[in-house]
Amino acid sequence: MTMDLCGFSAYEISALIHRREISAVEVLEAALRRVEAVDGRPGSIEPGELTLEDLQKVHALINLTANRARARAETVDQMLAAGEDPGPLAGVPFTVKDIFCVRGTPSTAGSRILANFCAPYTATPVERMEAAGAVMLGKVNMDEFAFGSSCESSAFQPSPRNPWKLDRVPGGSSGGSTASVAAGEAPLSLGTDTAGSIRQPAAFCGVVGVKPTYGRVSRYGLIAFASSLDCPGPVARNVTDAALALKMIAGPDPHDGSAAVLPVPDYLAALEESIRGMRIGLSPDYFRITYPDPQTGELLQLPLPAEIEQVVRQAAEIYAGLGAEIVEDVPMPNNRHGIPTYFVISRVEAASNLHRYDGVKYGYRTPVQTADLGEMYRKSRAWGFGKEPKLRILMGMYVSAAQYSQQYYERALRVRTLIRRDFEQVFDPDGKYRLDALLTPTTPTTAFAFNAVYGNSVLMQYADQLTVAANHAGTPGISLPAGLDRQGLPLAIQLLGADFCEAKLFQIGRAYEMATAGEDWRKAQPAALQPNS
Amino acid sequence: MSDLITPELFDHLVSLAALELDADEAEYLRGQLNNQLKVIQELREIPIPEDVQPAAHGVPFPPQISPKPRTDSWIPYQQPEEILAQAPQVEDRYIVVPDIPHTELE
Repeated sequence: MTMDLCGFSAYEISALIHRREISAVEVLEAALRRVEAVDGRPGSIEPGELTLEDLQKVHALINLTANRARARAETVDQMLAAGEDPGPLAGVPFTVKDIFCVRGTPSTAGSRILANFCAPYTATPVERMEAAGAVMLGKVNMDEFAFGSSCESSAFQPSPRNPWKLDRVPGGSSGGSTASVAAGEAPLSLGTDTAGSIRQPAAFCGVVGVKPTYGRVSRYGLIAFASSLDCPGPVARNVTDAALALKMIAGPDPHDGSAAVLPVPDYLAALEESIRGMRIGLSPDYFRITYPDPQTGELLQLPLPAEIEQVVRQAAEIYAGLGAEIVEDVPMPNNRHGIPTYFVISRVEAASNLHRYDGVKYGYRTPVQTADLGEMYRKSRAWGFGKEPKLRILMGMYVSAAQYSQQYYERALRVRTLIRRDFEQVFDPDGKYRLDALLTPTTPTTAFAFNAVYGNSVLMQYADQLTVAANHAGTPGISLPAGLDRQGLPLAIQLLGADFCEAKLFQIGRAYEMATAGEDWRKAQPAALQPNS
Repeated sequence: MSDLITPELFDHLVSLAALELDADEAEYLRGQLNNQLKVIQELREIPIPEDVQPAAHGVPFPPQISPKPRTDSWIPYQQPEEILAQAPQVEDRYIVVPDIPHTELE
């Protein structure tokens, strides 16, 4: 068969496999060939020097689990041969951010401290993907413990590169997920979003990224970062696949007390229905950005880059043309407090969650003979953690210390209430705005160059300034590809919705996708897939 | 604005965090902490009405969508050897650590 299986979407692959026009093993072999062609060497904690060849590869994967995948794909084919249904994602390859535990595989969170950790159990979202027939291709790279927006902080180098332009970062922290999907290694990936870590790299890599409502997807088996914010979600190349994947992974879980006991709607049921009459908001608070001057540290207020603003305005026109009502001047005044608030809350929670890495029960322990337990902790953590985890632990310690907690941590938790109120007011069905969705840009820039931001932790954090408010509010969001800028880098729009209204976001997202299906940029291929790249 | 995190305070935080840093790393991290704190100061300027309570998380979890507390029952793990195999040092199924510092109470 000569068709390019790697260009197929998840629902197409599943349909072809169900009709037995292709086998799961054939699909897997095509994915493995794609990985072989574009991915290069996997990230390693002893990478040596980067070579010229390294600069031309995507490096999404840390750990390709090819044998495990072959066994799964064979099982899918055997089930079909026996007349059984392997599930809605039969034979669909997917990659998994290395923050999800998968039994019998290394699960590292991109950190040296977990480089030798082999998970004894499987995270619920991964288990549900596999129960639906999907085939895990491998674990993908990420910022260490999800602390970043470029993947450069991973202890496993080379870190992922943006398939659209290999001298650009893929975004982060789920940059391995979005790079692997953009490069056609798999049509689906699982990531996590704490401040934008699915949506921001999805925007940078020209793919669809979904942050579900907090509590929509179980976090059992996830390596924790900031427990009041972390949300697992899917990455895909189109809205239909994303909706299908979320339908598979969402729902209550007896293993996770934070997974809401709410039935999961059929996200595909109304996916292509008209959005006529829906109210879609535009907020001036999402059309200006804060830019911390790298020299002075001063926070400058700037307009959004013109190309980014333009795709959002164009999307609004498209929606108006489809019969939606565009509501302008929607106030989201607390949006701009999202990053300072996040600097406090996420650090306190990260410091707490990272205290468990102590060299005692699992993970790295210093080989140095130490005088006592305290010294063993310090030496193990000193080598095991990179700079970013150390920074986050130290900040978490400071802002939650007894004498500072009220002025920082408690205050941040109260500002979170204000941020949440903004969302409640604009989505209130009896309120002034009654929005079905808020239409915004996803990121303040397109994909930036390696080392352009990395090292400046304030500037890096502001990469999440348009996504983080939804994490504070707990509300869902989706980032959609919306074109290419003058440099050929992906542009994106974001749709934000009310609690548990993912179905509506998928429907509105799919409407945009259908309306722009014929545009030239939709035919463009990432550089990594072009011959002689 | 002078540095909120002085070298002395920084050393205290490093010890609370159970870390050890070399001089270069310490300088970089202390500088970044102070840069971040300049941003965080914005929180102090935000007028917060009296009635605004802290939010432990954004989405309210009313009882109808919250999982019921499960029964407090012991479910043995099937492969404890796999868990123990992850530990850096084990003897007779006990995890071994260096001496634990202690102080005699008077």
